[in-house]
Amino acid sequence: MIQLILVFAAILIIGIFFAIFRISTLASAVMKKPGAEKDSQVSSGNSLHGALFIILPLIGFGAAGWYGYKYFGIYTQPHASEAASQTEPLFWIATAIIIAMFVITNVALFYFAYKYRYRQNGKAHFYPDNTKLEIVWTIVPAIILTTLIFTGWKAWRNIMYEANAPKNAQVIEIMGYQFAWMVRYAGEDNKIGRSDFRYVDASNAMGLDFTDPRTNDDIQLGQAEIHVVKGKPIELKIRARDVLHSVSIPHFRQKMDAVPGMPTRMTFVPTMTTAEMRQELSTRPEWQVIDETTGKARFQNFNYEIACQEVCGRGHFSMRAVIIVETQEEYDKWLAEQQPYVEKNKDYVVKAIEKQKRIKKEGLTTMRESANKGVRQTASF
Amino acid sequence: MAVAVQHDDAHVHDEHEHHENFITKYIFSTDHKMIAKQFLISGILWAFIGGLLSILFRLQLGFPEMDLSFLRFLLGDWIDATGKLDPEFYLALVTMHGTIMVFFVLTAGLSGTFSNFLIPLQIGARDMASGFMNMLSFWFFFVSSVLMFQSLFLENGPAAGGWVVYPPLSALPQALKGSGDGMTYWLLSMTFFIVSQLLGGINYITTVINLRTKGMSFSRLPLTIWAFFITAIIGLLSFPVLFSAALLLMFDRMLGTSFYLSDIYVAGQALHHTGGSAILYQHLFWFLGHPEVYIVLLPALGISSEVIATNARKPIFGYKAMILSMLGIAVLSFIVWAHHMFVTGMNPFLGTIFMFLTLIIAVPSAVKAFNYITTLWRGNIRFTPAMLFSIGLVSFFISGGVTGIILGNSALDIYLHDTYYVVAHFHLVMGSASFFGMMAGVYHWFPKMFGRMMDDRLGYIHFWFTFAGVYLVFFPMHFIGIAGFPRRYYSFTAFDAFRIMADLNSFISIAAILTFSAQLVFGFNFFYSIFRGRRAPLNPWNSNTLEWTTPINPGHGNWVGQIPYVYRWAYDYSKPNAEQDGFTDFIPQNVPYSQTPNSNLPYENELIEIEKEEMLPTDTTLHTEKVPE
Repeated sequence: MIQLILVFAAILIIGIFFAIFRISTLASAVMKKPGAEKDSQVSSGNSLHGALFIILPLIGFGAAGWYGYKYFGIYTQPHASEAASQTEPLFWIATAIIIAMFVITNVALFYFAYKYRYRQNGKAHFYPDNTKLEIVWTIVPAIILTTLIFTGWKAWRNIMYEANAPKNAQVIEIMGYQFAWMVRYAGEDNKIGRSDFRYVDASNAMGLDFTDPRTNDDIQLGQAEIHVVKGKPIELKIRARDVLHSVSIPHFRQKMDAVPGMPTRMTFVPTMTTAEMRQELSTRPEWQVIDETTGKARFQNFNYEIACQEVCGRGHFSMRAVIIVETQEEYDKWLAEQQPYVEKNKDYVVKAIEKQKRIKKEGLTTMRESANKGVRQTASF
Repeated sequence: MAVAVQHDDAHVHDEHEHHENFITKYIFSTDHKMIAKQFLISGILWAFIGGLLSILFRLQLGFPEMDLSFLRFLLGDWIDATGKLDPEFYLALVTMHGTIMVFFVLTAGLSGTFSNFLIPLQIGARDMASGFMNMLSFWFFFVSSVLMFQSLFLENGPAAGGWVVYPPLSALPQALKGSGDGMTYWLLSMTFFIVSQLLGGINYITTVINLRTKGMSFSRLPLTIWAFFITAIIGLLSFPVLFSAALLLMFDRMLGTSFYLSDIYVAGQALHHTGGSAILYQHLFWFLGHPEVYIVLLPALGISSEVIATNARKPIFGYKAMILSMLGIAVLSFIVWAHHMFVTGMNPFLGTIFMFLTLIIAVPSAVKAFNYITTLWRGNIRFTPAMLFSIGLVSFFISGGVTGIILGNSALDIYLHDTYYVVAHFHLVMGSASFFGMMAGVYHWFPKMFGRMMDDRLGYIHFWFTFAGVYLVFFPMHFIGIAGFPRRYYSFTAFDAFRIMADLNSFISIAAILTFSAQLVFGFNFFYSIFRGRRAPLNPWNSNTLEWTTPINPGHGNWVGQIPYVYRWAYDYSKPNAEQDGFTDFIPQNVPYSQTPNSNLPYENELIEIEKEEMLPTDTTLHTEKVPE
């Protein structure tokens, strides 16, 4: 019934608008003064539009500036990694430059539109080109861009190139699947054992290969809560089990896709423990606001989070993991409580080895491995 | 048009005029003007559908708690028992919004409409090189549209893996409902779409090269035609690559091949696929995907060049620089694609290369923006609705363009990739700018299309609400992007980091609804004016280009009698001393230099001799031409 009334209301409103439109059209046709015909080059509102090009942008710049200033502490996420301390200054320098470009060019555009609006006896200036001017504004942006590129290039190499990664990094594997993350620590040898998607079953969600001795000390976590030590480089070995995912760690300003069939990697160095960060945030007013979901102040909830950032299906928006950055002592204490997968699931592993050997004997793995060599070794596409 | 028509050259199209029926005139028409209108009206209908889809997902994003039961009449079971939108259908909405807007509205609706309409009219041709291929182009597009539209109503929903439809998600129905039949429809539809684009593109290129009227050299082509010409070349080189990407995806889905798939365990089962590369698809897709940005944008820039020059009553500043920057953009557009893939696991060294190439493309873009602004400088600007939309375009082009400098910097893109910062960036620079170019084109050439004028005041209302609305929607998204909010998230409540700025998201949604409502004003104005608009004069904007020398309602063949010759470029606005030659502030392209001795520039006087020898003796249009007061 309400829907019916709404529909009628909508029809009524549209009808009223239409009536107003018709009446004003007719009225303007009837009421046009005979003398007005002379300057029919432009519509009567021409100056109004010129003025609006000044007024609206002024309001817009004002509002954007106000929001940008007032809510700065809200929309900037805290950061705590070595990569972030390289890219953050670059981002804000580039932002300052583009804001300047944005304001100057838009102001020129709108001001000219206003200033040179139609005048009855006005005449435009015939000005088809000026080579000097054009050379100048080709070269100036080119120089600004080149500067930005080179600074960005340096940061990019430091963060992404495997050759520049710290050699002593602790290896952790993360695997994305619909719709969660799984984490495996490399254990004492700091080497991740092999895995194969066809070894996956209800107990062995990551498809660990138990015939590989490097697997024996690997610790597979029950929940996606990665513990790392402040200041200690981590090499994340990233893979996906079903579709594309992306490991995004906003507070570290880092991100890397997880691709089925093509392992990827990321190195990060956390620079503040979770506790330190909470401590620091507790002094900021916008972090003292109570979060309605948890009933606690925002700074108390703070966690370094991993979010999936490549669309992966229904649960994409809730694919979360947490990184706990802590001191060496806290980490050691936590690690002491963890047990390698192989030790925890002895009975299962014995059976699984049989199965994995059988699959290998059938030759499938070997065949596949050789077929995949090019893809598996590098991410060089 | 019952006038006896004088045939010239090899063109005998006019013969058809006399036995045209409803079907050959309005449906299976080979007249470029009718085909353009077919593209335009389909494009407008698609734009309303695409816009409506965005309103639906904006409701979810802006008001996550809202009871959406009232939408059940439209969405059926995609609204669950508690009145919540289904998360997979949310993805489907996002996907279809992107696909529809990029391909069906801004490629077919913009380029299809104005390339078809303006190329023959502005270069002085009776029709496209092949009217039949042109007709096929529309009907392939129509089939493609029907398939895509039908896919919205499939039981498992349309394609839902994002408009880029990356495999493996798009290849595995087990992973996503929309990757079932919906994806099959998507691929089939896109196949027909590509065929349509290629048929159209070949035609545009051939027509521009071969059918220009006498005197219309490339250096006298209006910038619209340059833009359409370059666009068509880009399309011709890049769409086949999308076709190959789609074809291989079809093979993976239907024949069990492993082009893109490898090492997959999904829904409790290890799949047989090995050795494929998901990244390969991304390379192939973006090899079209990035040039596609310019396929969408260049026609809009071409249109705005023409509209701005006409209404500022000034020559476009730096005509040659405009052409060179378009050519530069076109070439560079093919070698920047991997900037969409900085963090996909691609070799970071490649990332370096693509960062350099990407930032180079900012230079010609900046030149274009500066040239538009300088064209306004010391003009005598008439704010027609088309002019307002063109100025709006330039503003969006700048505002969205500058953030490209940050996103193209691979080090900064690591954080911003796939956040709302990207959404804000491309919606401004490519989406809204191109959309405004399309609107500028519609308002400007409506009189030529339908012989009637659109209502000014409704046009102004439409412009100001849309202009303000677009900024209100997309500017705040930069803040959300800086906060790291990921794209394509159904809700942000699962993360501590993203449980902020809900009010800003509501604000954006309200602005989006207002902006969409303003388009209804346009819809009314457009369809009403086709039938009831004020009758158009011959040359309502006092423009120089050739299309305004045709009759108010040109028949198939465009000109009665001989096609006018072209003696000058399209931008002789406010030329000094033109009054002494009997002109006001514009001298149309078909006026010989010998008629304008006072306003000619020195090198133009030299051309008079050649003119007298080669052109004037055979130009019969001059005798009947009404000399402007």
